[in-house]
Formats: sequence, C-alpha cells, structure tokens
Amino acid sequence: MLTLLLACQTGFTDPSRELGPPVSDGPQHPVEVHVPRSLGVVDTALSDIHGTPIGVDCATCHEPDASGEVWAESDSAGGPSSATELTFHRGLVLRHGDLSCASCHAPGEPGTLRLADDRRLDMADTIRLCAQCHGPKFESYRHGAHGGMNGYWDTRRGPRLRNHCVDCHAPHDPTYAQMVPTFPPGDRNPLGAGRSVDASGHEPTHTNGTADGQH
Amino acid sequence: MDNTSRRTLLKAGGATLGAGAFARSIAPITEWTADLSVDAFLQRHYKELTRDEMDVVLRRLEAETVEEYGVSVSIDDPRPTPGVSFGYALNLSICIGCRKCAEACHVENNHDRATHNSYIRVLEMKKGTVDLELGRVDYDHPVPDPDHFYMPVQCHHCDNAPCIKVCPVEATWQEADGIVVVDYNWCIGCRYCEAACPYHARRFNWAKPVVPPEEINPDQAYLSNRVRPQGVMEKCTFCLHRTRNGRLPACLEACPTGARVFGDLNDPDSEIRWVLANKRVFVLKEDLGTRPRFFYYFDG
Repeated sequence: MLTLLLACQTGFTDPSRELGPPVSDGPQHPVEVHVPRSLGVVDTALSDIHGTPIGVDCATCHEPDASGEVWAESDSAGGPSSATELTFHRGLVLRHGDLSCASCHAPGEPGTLRLADDRRLDMADTIRLCAQCHGPKFESYRHGAHGGMNGYWDTRRGPRLRNHCVDCHAPHDPTYAQMVPTFPPGDRNPLGAGRSVDASGHEPTHTNGTADGQH
Repeated sequence: MDNTSRRTLLKAGGATLGAGAFARSIAPITEWTADLSVDAFLQRHYKELTRDEMDVVLRRLEAETVEEYGVSVSIDDPRPTPGVSFGYALNLSICIGCRKCAEACHVENNHDRATHNSYIRVLEMKKGTVDLELGRVDYDHPVPDPDHFYMPVQCHHCDNAPCIKVCPVEATWQEADGIVVVDYNWCIGCRYCEAACPYHARRFNWAKPVVPPEEINPDQAYLSNRVRPQGVMEKCTFCLHRTRNGRLPACLEACPTGARVFGDLNDPDSEIRWVLANKRVFVLKEDLGTRPRFFYYFDG
C-alpha cells in the first residue's frame, strides 16, 4: 500500500527506478592543487621547435653550482639593469602594483620566497605568499569559489585537481590577459533564412544582433 | 439540369479537396518509417518504464546511434543520488565572457555543429546596467572589454518552473535532485515550454543534429546528451550523465577563471553553500517567483 502511494506521488510505476544507489561515506579522494611548471623559472620569450615557450630555472645562474660558484649574483633591489641582463630577462616584466623584486624574493636566494615577516617559503607554496596580500581572494579560493578545477564535485567518488594562482596569474604581471572568445551562437533554425547545412556540419554561421533577436 | 450539373460539380470539387486534405493530414504517418521505429512509437512515458523495459530502450537507442551516426556509444540512465539537491552559482565579478563554457556544452552534449547550438548563452552588457534586452550575444572582440560585464545564462532548474506547467503531455518534469529534464521520446515539440521559460533556456531541434562521428561524445544518458531526434525540445541538464556520477559539469571544467561553483545544496560543507552564505547573491528575475537553483553572485 505504501509502495503504491509512493509510486502515485512520484509518478514512477517502478519505485526502484526513482533513485539511484546511495553513496557510501568511504575515504575521501584527494583535492590536489596543480603545480605549475613556471614556478621558479624565467620566461626567455623564446620557443622551442614545437612552439613550447622556453623557460630557464632561476637557480641555473643565481645559485651556487657544483663548484660552489654563483654564475650571476642577483641584484635584489632594482632587478635586471645591464644590457645582458635585460636581454636574458626579456620575458620578465614586472607589473604588479608597487612591488619590487625584494618584496617576494630573498636577496641571493632565488630558489625560495619570503613572506612579509621575512620567513622563507618554498617556491611550491606560492599560494601562501599571494594570500598575505590577497586575503579575500584566498578565502574564496579556499572555499572553491575562485580558480578553475577539474574532476569530481563529490570527493567521495573521485579526486579533484585545482588550478594554482600562478596557472592563471603570472606573478610578475598578474592581470588576467584578454582573450578572443569562442564562437557565438548561430541561427538556431538551420532550415530557415535560406541556409543549407552540409553533411560535415562545418558551415560558417551568421548571427543575429541581440539576445532578443535569437528567437 | 443546370442545377444538377452545378451540384455535381461542387460535390466533385469538394470530394477532391477533402481527399487532398486527408492525404496531407496523414502525410506524417505515411512518411513515418525511416526515422521512427514501431518500438519507439509505442514506447511509454519515461516514468512508466521499469528497469528492464528501460534497458531494452537504451540498447535500442544505442543500436540506432550506430546505424545513423556510425559510432558506438554508451547510453545510460543514471538516477538521482538519494539526499542530493543540486545548485549552481556563477561569479559575475570574474566571468570574462570567453564563451568557453558554451563551447564545452556544445561539445559535451552532442549539439548540432552548424548552428553552434549550446545550452549556454553569454550576454554582454554595459557596466552599470542589467538590461537583458540590450545584452548582446554575438560580440566578437577580445574579452573582457573594460566597459562591459558578461552574464552566461542557461537553464535555472527552477523549483517552480513555468516550462513544466505548460507542457501539455508531461514530457518535462523536475527530478528528485532538482534537475529539470525532458523525455525526448515523449515530447511532441509544441514549444510551449520554450515560450514559457523567462530565461530563454530551452532549444528546439529544428533539424536532426549533424555531428561528425568522430566528434560524438560516447558517454551519454537517456535524459541528457544522447543525440536528440528532430522536432523535440532540449535544455541544460546540469550534465546529469556526469554530475549524477559525482563529476563536475563540463561548463565548470571549461571555465578558465573559476567563475562557476557547483555542488550539493543539502551538504552544509559544500562550496555552493559557502557561496550562498558569504557572497552577494541574487537570482535572475526573482519577481517571477520561479525559485531558480542557479545563482549569480559578486565578489566583495
């Protein structure tokens, strides 16, 4: 009787079809943050044969090599100034408010970062460095309301991979760059307006003016 | 004599017209063969099918896809997870109008390629206004433009949905997890729901979707992204073939800025609940009383 009543309420004649199986409270899958390859790397503004941008690890020149010799001492205050330095650091533009190199880098320690209280931070922990100035953004990020992600909304059923700050905001020039949008919606009636659709489905489309004109 | 002849003529004319009209009116039945199998014609409403009957339907649809599109696909019927109630929020402060969500929807949901169909429409509006009628969808310049903001609009999965009420055959309804769905095999294509939706979220299949076989997404569900027949309505399903299996919707994964937040409204620790509790949130056309499950919000 109860089953019948339930079936009437939901409209389903087969109550077992109404809902799927419950999800068991098992171990949570990890929510990982992607580690960008650009961390601790200077962009040379050059590309390899495949078009991949060439980056050079800062430590290559700025940290002691096997013999203990530092190839290039970093000038912490003003950044690269000589002609050679400027040539090599072509891809390095500093447009980040009033910050200078030493705001985030400890002089002579290019492999680490430093917080405002002079504590050292590993390059991989860049998010903590960003968070000391961008508190509200970090708060949103912590709650999944900022930054792209992939995977599962339900971490009981699968893992999630989240973007790192640096995946979208170059630390030295953090403004999100403009981009060209993908295709706009086309005329939704392929039979109307004297158009024909070819079998490949790749005919270029024409668009209407406003949202209202999309009927 | 004259009168009789006139009457006979009229009779004959009337009979001819009548026969012509009858032939025209039954044309859909005589032309019906290639596109619609007897099994499909006799198929009952989604909610009346048992599990076993549904399995038969799914296998038939898979076979039809192989026949018509030359690709092998898997069509499933995932059901709502008990206790889950879906909600979606979109951050207007960081949406840049790149239309990547609309493109992801286009690809994920096997939309007709030539018409660039998508369940998402991104409106570009002047900052300082929210005049939807002046919102443009065909903008074609680098985004974001500093003078404009961008508002993607898709199905709001309303708890009080006008589109459901106007359907004369109950081919569209709200499921237990809040997703508003369409039984494409029950829909008669009257387009009442398209007219009733205040968010312009429903689409009509004017023609059979044309999708190259290699571009068809084989991960399909009966109520979501299986290739739709001609002459039926379709709409955003929150990618239920993904989300009912715990995955994020395709439009969210495509968003480069993280403007989209999806989750379970019944879970107090979910991201969507944090947004609703801590951000400046509004729903579109609140005065209509549609009670959407799709929210917009601002930072700060």
